[in-house]
Amino acid sequence: MEKRVIFKNWWLPLLLVAPQLAVTLVFFVWPASQALYGSLFVEDAFGTSSEFVGVQNFLGLFNDGYYAHSFGITVLFSVAVAGLGLGVSLLLAVFADRVIRGARLYQTLLIWPYAVAPAIAGVLWMFMFDPSVGVAAWALKRMGVNWNHLLNGHQAMALVVFAAAWKQVSYNFIFFLAGLTAIPKSLIEAAAIDGAGPARRFFDIVFPLLTPTTFFLLVVNIIYAFFDTFGVIDAVTQGGPAKATEVLVFKIFQDGFKGQDYGGAAAQSVILMLIVVALTVAQFRYVEKKVNY
Amino acid sequence: MAAVELRGVRKSYGSGKNALEVIHGIDCSVADGEFIVLVGPSGCGKSTLLRMMAGLEEISAGEIAIGGRVVNQLEPKDRDVAMVFQNYALYPHMSVRENMAYGLKIRGVAAAEIATRVERAAAMLELAPYLDRRPRELSGGQRQRVAMGRAIVRNPQVFLFDEPLSNLDAKLRVQTRMELQKLHREFNTTSLYVTHDQVEAMTLGQRLIVMNAGVAEQIGAPMEVYAKPASTFVAGFIGSPAMNLLRGEAQGDRFVTTATSAAIALATPAPPLSIHLPVPAPRDGPLVLGLRPEHLVPASAGAARFGFAVEMVESLGADSYAYGLGGGGTLIARVAAGTVPVVDEVLPLTFAAQHMHWFDAANGKRVA
Repeated sequence: MEKRVIFKNWWLPLLLVAPQLAVTLVFFVWPASQALYGSLFVEDAFGTSSEFVGVQNFLGLFNDGYYAHSFGITVLFSVAVAGLGLGVSLLLAVFADRVIRGARLYQTLLIWPYAVAPAIAGVLWMFMFDPSVGVAAWALKRMGVNWNHLLNGHQAMALVVFAAAWKQVSYNFIFFLAGLTAIPKSLIEAAAIDGAGPARRFFDIVFPLLTPTTFFLLVVNIIYAFFDTFGVIDAVTQGGPAKATEVLVFKIFQDGFKGQDYGGAAAQSVILMLIVVALTVAQFRYVEKKVNY
Repeated sequence: MAAVELRGVRKSYGSGKNALEVIHGIDCSVADGEFIVLVGPSGCGKSTLLRMMAGLEEISAGEIAIGGRVVNQLEPKDRDVAMVFQNYALYPHMSVRENMAYGLKIRGVAAAEIATRVERAAAMLELAPYLDRRPRELSGGQRQRVAMGRAIVRNPQVFLFDEPLSNLDAKLRVQTRMELQKLHREFNTTSLYVTHDQVEAMTLGQRLIVMNAGVAEQIGAPMEVYAKPASTFVAGFIGSPAMNLLRGEAQGDRFVTTATSAAIALATPAPPLSIHLPVPAPRDGPLVLGLRPEHLVPASAGAARFGFAVEMVESLGADSYAYGLGGGGTLIARVAAGTVPVVDEVLPLTFAAQHMHWFDAANGKRVA
């Protein structure tokens, strides 16, 4: 049973949660309310006056072809980043789980990329794939691939997906590895005796038992792809070419700070907030339903 | 069903100079349909040996043959064995039915056939009402039965049990032990059963392999192992409470214990005992005399062969155990409930000639 403490006075518990409340209020609630407030106004180009327009900004977005386009780009980008990030990290974790000698070193090395800031990771990939000086671009050209992500939208998309997923792989890896370690060895052995080969054991036993981990990571990765990849996009493609990699967060930055459309950008932020709330709720619902086996 | 042959089976970890051998060459033939119990203290290698038979551990040297076929290089799935694990190893995301059917499904058995086999096993194990539950919704005893059911439906050549009862409470353990016996009578499948519990070993096994530090100290029927333990280790391990092992010098029909330093620091050093033997020892010189607590009989002071000062008495109802010091360690005698020994008084004891066990003082092997 959980041990609960009953406080006799009201101020001590309040004092204890005050720091957390303060952080939440200052860094989350206040900016969020500002965005919500801002999304209902239109400012003039000089920022001297603003006019209340109700939901006009939202309606504008829904009628904006570019917004729909950006939405599609974001969905594609997120699915690709989450899929690639999860797939590669699961593969690495399964291998790392089997390594006996030097496992620590191997695992530590795999965790390193997570310490790299998104912008740095972006710059790293940008240089590697730079059409004129990049090592990877040069190698690709030698192999007959005409690599130029500055002109080719699909290549640009592939590059930002790789860069964004690469950074997430190490994070996913830790969780997958922990999840794999938590599966009792005897289950795998029982399946081996039952007649299942390695592939069958993975799909019948290991993968289903990893489902809670996988689902958690899926949500985290999608949220990451939706919201945390600004640095990567800004460093590598800046949304280009021809808006081919303009995901929602990047569009907010473009419209709000480059295009000076404060109200429209705020409205986009509000929509993003709703998406993340929905994702989080979905995750908690799911996690609560199958806490453990 | 099949016979199992172990020929010079060894297991070592690491290689070259760092190699650590944990099983030092085990030879044993298990007859078709026999129930063999591997018993020994933790770390003696009994589980490792079982896992080598299952194919979960590599065989470093020697051969294991199941049904005349050497399985050293075979994958677990190709050995046609079923194993019951200590923690049951039930697939938590599958229902009881799916757990039991999994092995058959993989082997491509027809769905209808799987269904009848699972139903039959479930009925036998009284699991029918639980077929659609998940393992976590079952009690420990039910999970244990599911694990057995999973082994039974496969109808394998050999059953391997790795301490299957150790996670159950005492009452359930006794009950399941009997069920296991019943199941073996019914299926008559060759079974190898690992346990550290000597009661399980004595009651379940048709033969025991008593293991110690990677060596099979003795292989034999339970009563044979009890009546003629091959070494001081077996003598001390099989039987409860353990056999009294007295170190000393034999000279004709006299045996004088040496006041060896006891394993535990004792407040009062145990006095040497002078024992009057019913028949002379097999040879003179240093020997170990083994006497089971249940074979020590209280005697009148005149007829006593030896005696020890009672330090403590445990009364269990039907009989009592008298603990005392002597011969370099603790001595235990079982006395009938009628004669409760008095603490601090010397308890005069006697024993019959056929109940003496003699072991070599140097290597612990049985002399007579």
